[in-house]
Amino acid sequence: MAIHQLEIQLIAIVVAVACALPGVFLVLRRMTLMSDAISHAILPGIVLAFFLTESLSSPLLILAAAGTGVLTVLVVELLQRTKLVKADAAIGLTFPALFSIGVILISRFAGNVHLDMDAVLLGELAYAHLNRLEVFGINLGPVSLYVMGTILVLNLTFILLFYKELKVATFDASLAASLGFAPALIHYGLMTLVSITTVGAFDAVGSILVVALIAGPPATAYLITDSLARMLILSAILGSVNAVSGYWLAHLFDVSIAGAIATTTLLMFGIIFLGVPERGVIAIARRRHRQKLEFAQTMLVIHLLNHEGLPEAAQESQVSHLQEHLRWEGQFAAQIVRYALENRCVSQANGQLALTARGRGIAQEALVQ
Amino acid sequence: MKTLIPFNYTLIVVAIGSALLGIISGALGTYAVLRRQSLLGDAISHAALPGIAIAFLLTGSKTPLILVLGAALAGWLGTLLILSIIKLTRIKYDSALALVLSTFFGCGLVLHTLIQRTGNANQAGLDTFLFGQAASLLERDVLTMGILGGIALLIMSLFWKELKLLVFDEAFATSIGLPVRALDILLTSLLTVAIVLGLQAVGAVLMSAMLVAPAVAARQWTDRLAHMVLLAALFGAIAGVSGTVISSSASRIPTGPTIVLCATVIVGFSIALAPNRGLVWHWVRQRKNKARMQRHGKTTFTAQEKLAERLATDRKLLESPQREGDLEA
Repeated sequence: MAIHQLEIQLIAIVVAVACALPGVFLVLRRMTLMSDAISHAILPGIVLAFFLTESLSSPLLILAAAGTGVLTVLVVELLQRTKLVKADAAIGLTFPALFSIGVILISRFAGNVHLDMDAVLLGELAYAHLNRLEVFGINLGPVSLYVMGTILVLNLTFILLFYKELKVATFDASLAASLGFAPALIHYGLMTLVSITTVGAFDAVGSILVVALIAGPPATAYLITDSLARMLILSAILGSVNAVSGYWLAHLFDVSIAGAIATTTLLMFGIIFLGVPERGVIAIARRRHRQKLEFAQTMLVIHLLNHEGLPEAAQESQVSHLQEHLRWEGQFAAQIVRYALENRCVSQANGQLALTARGRGIAQEALVQ
Repeated sequence: MKTLIPFNYTLIVVAIGSALLGIISGALGTYAVLRRQSLLGDAISHAALPGIAIAFLLTGSKTPLILVLGAALAGWLGTLLILSIIKLTRIKYDSALALVLSTFFGCGLVLHTLIQRTGNANQAGLDTFLFGQAASLLERDVLTMGILGGIALLIMSLFWKELKLLVFDEAFATSIGLPVRALDILLTSLLTVAIVLGLQAVGAVLMSAMLVAPAVAARQWTDRLAHMVLLAALFGAIAGVSGTVISSSASRIPTGPTIVLCATVIVGFSIALAPNRGLVWHWVRQRKNKARMQRHGKTTFTAQEKLAERLATDRKLLESPQREGDLEA
């Protein structure tokens, strides 16, 4: 593995973790779409700041663009506060307008600046390591690693410092307000972090895929755990795994790294979505299936108990009679009988079903309840 | 300064295309906005990219109809995934939307770079997908747009009553036995058609604005669904035509973003000035009320007191025989 490969992966991991941490709170606070809005709306900020600084990774550019992001949040909230526009429509109005201004600025002045539209929207991780930080002629590594590293540290510090406040404000906003935490302050603090992170990350992964990094790992982790601390750690781990596996996927097929990371994010989500114990789709389907069988089995034993020892018992306990009496399809009836036999709730002789002690117990218990 | 905008043939074709797009997306966007699914359009338009790439990889052709089909299929698949995520897990609508939007787009990007790498000269342009290229609209495209959009609008008007019920009272619709889920899918499919038609003109990123902006503007002027749909279509058409004309009047102004900005201006105008709901009217009303309060402050207060007193005595009179009745019973 060449050194630049290692560097690219390191950048990818740092970007992924930096995005996943604030993403957890966005997912929990149901504001994930704000990241989509911010990542598009910062475009005019980036363009204007780029005219001034002529560098995509200058701190001034990041601050200016992050300012645009916070401005977007403000505009969305002002629009909502007029009560003339719903929250989702307010987002859907604001960011395309700002984005349009950005696109028009770029194409109007495309001749004068070297700002590639594709670079802004799609990013290119493969070239992220080319821009090196040099101090007194000593090569200290890729600039974007330092930029994103700083942002990661910033995010970590904010979350660790205000962990308690964030937690209460996320899960019980009115309690947070009554305890005297300023929810608005926490909200805007978080939004500022998201803006800064988005601006820092778009250089590497572009403004659309940054949403995958912000929303993907936290949503996946949300399926696995119930604890905020664990969700934060898991998101960071999942983000890193997605980043590294995405890198190798891109390497293998020679495709866009950022796109591949988004793809692995989707795959990872899909695997957890289907396969996680308890809450996964497969687990839910199996549980439903089992519950259906259990319920039918209970019906069966109650039916048998009802007629046990009575003159009609011989007829009622025939397997073929179940179709008529319990309105079961033939195949389903056979399946339930097999299931009940396996569980030793009933015994079968000459096509007649008889309750076992266990089956009688289940039926009586069900009836009492 | 040039006084005349050159109204040549291309410009007219593009203007008609943009107007058609505005009409279709305005009318169908109304439903999305009313159902608070404004950003579904954003998700569908981004999710369409892998569909376009796969359609191109499979057929090798750039025929609009095939690409439209691929895009519609992928957009539709994305929507279904969003719906099943929120139905089966505790992940909320916004996260599911953001997840599907961005990761589908990422898959599309991967497929796109794959196409690029094979060096096919006939590749589908990613820039076109992202930002659209209204200027490249041909007569054929406008015709496709008109026919497909016309069909979508026709279906919308055929199911007018059902869709109206779905939008305003889903529970009631279910209770009288309407197939709500099928209607939901129908509406989403219509939305997908509108979005995919718009991709070529304004692109994926800005398509959501074409759905949201005209509808939000129209909402300010009316409280009736029929009026809102018609107004939204009208606003969409105005934004489409004016955006096209403005962008053609100067060099290097892309059409898609200009159309979106025109639509945004219409929204701003509507929010500020629409009668009754508009901010300016609201402000004027508030000032009038304030002035009246100051002028009649004292009398109003006592009149209110009088009224309250009378109400209290009335209530006592009303309640006393009733209580006796209760006791007798």
